[in-house]
Amino acid sequence: MNGDLLHMLQFATSAILMAGGVFFVIAGAVGVLRLPDFYTRMHAAGMTDTLGAEMILLGLIVQAGLSQTSLKLALIAFLLFLTSPTATHAVVGAAHHAKLKPKLGKYRAPAPGEVPKVKTKPKTKPKTRAKTKPKARAKIKAKPTPRKRAK
Amino acid sequence: MEQALHYLNIGSAMFLLIGMALLLGRLLSGPTLYDRVLAVNSFGTKTVLFLCVFALIIGRPDGVDIAILYALMNFIATIAILKFFRYSSLDVSMNKSRARHEDMS
Repeated sequence: MNGDLLHMLQFATSAILMAGGVFFVIAGAVGVLRLPDFYTRMHAAGMTDTLGAEMILLGLIVQAGLSQTSLKLALIAFLLFLTSPTATHAVVGAAHHAKLKPKLGKYRAPAPGEVPKVKTKPKTKPKTRAKTKPKARAKIKAKPTPRKRAK
Repeated sequence: MEQALHYLNIGSAMFLLIGMALLLGRLLSGPTLYDRVLAVNSFGTKTVLFLCVFALIIGRPDGVDIAILYALMNFIATIAILKFFRYSSLDVSMNKSRARHEDMS
């Protein structure tokens, strides 16, 4: 009876962990397939891969019990926990270094050596746009020039 | 209960295969090189998971060793591909390459 309960508990824990891991894996794959941009795809793939892999491997460890197999699975989990975020970081760094542009509206990602400029301009209302636009443009044009001279 | 664990493993292996198929779609239609590298990397991670689950399904836990090898090879391959496409060669020492990179940019 006691052993039966223990088996039930083992099955329940393993099922929850593996279902969660499979959910994250599928979510990451769908995100990689469907998102519009490289950086958003990377965002979908990087974290879900790590978490999903860890959860599936933990579920398998719970199944395998105390044995050599579970030790090897723990080793794989450790290796993936180290290498998966590193690989994600390397891919994004390489894409950024190659000046791959993200799909954005007005805003652009800063080039590798550049300090990002933050425009803190309040949005104009659409009705009064025609009046306020020239002023706003003049402000934008006026701001960067002293900065460049200061550098 | 053994049977239930078996079915659980088979189900998760099938879902892992579905995820790998979706990633193959991105691998074939990736507009840039980096999309493909990302897809290959993610595909390799899922292959490691599938190998682990498959080794437990067929009842031969030795397959987990192959999964360890595959995890290591996947990471090294990703880094090597990125390094090759960044410097156009694999024979670059990191100190020199950093100096050249700063000269270029």
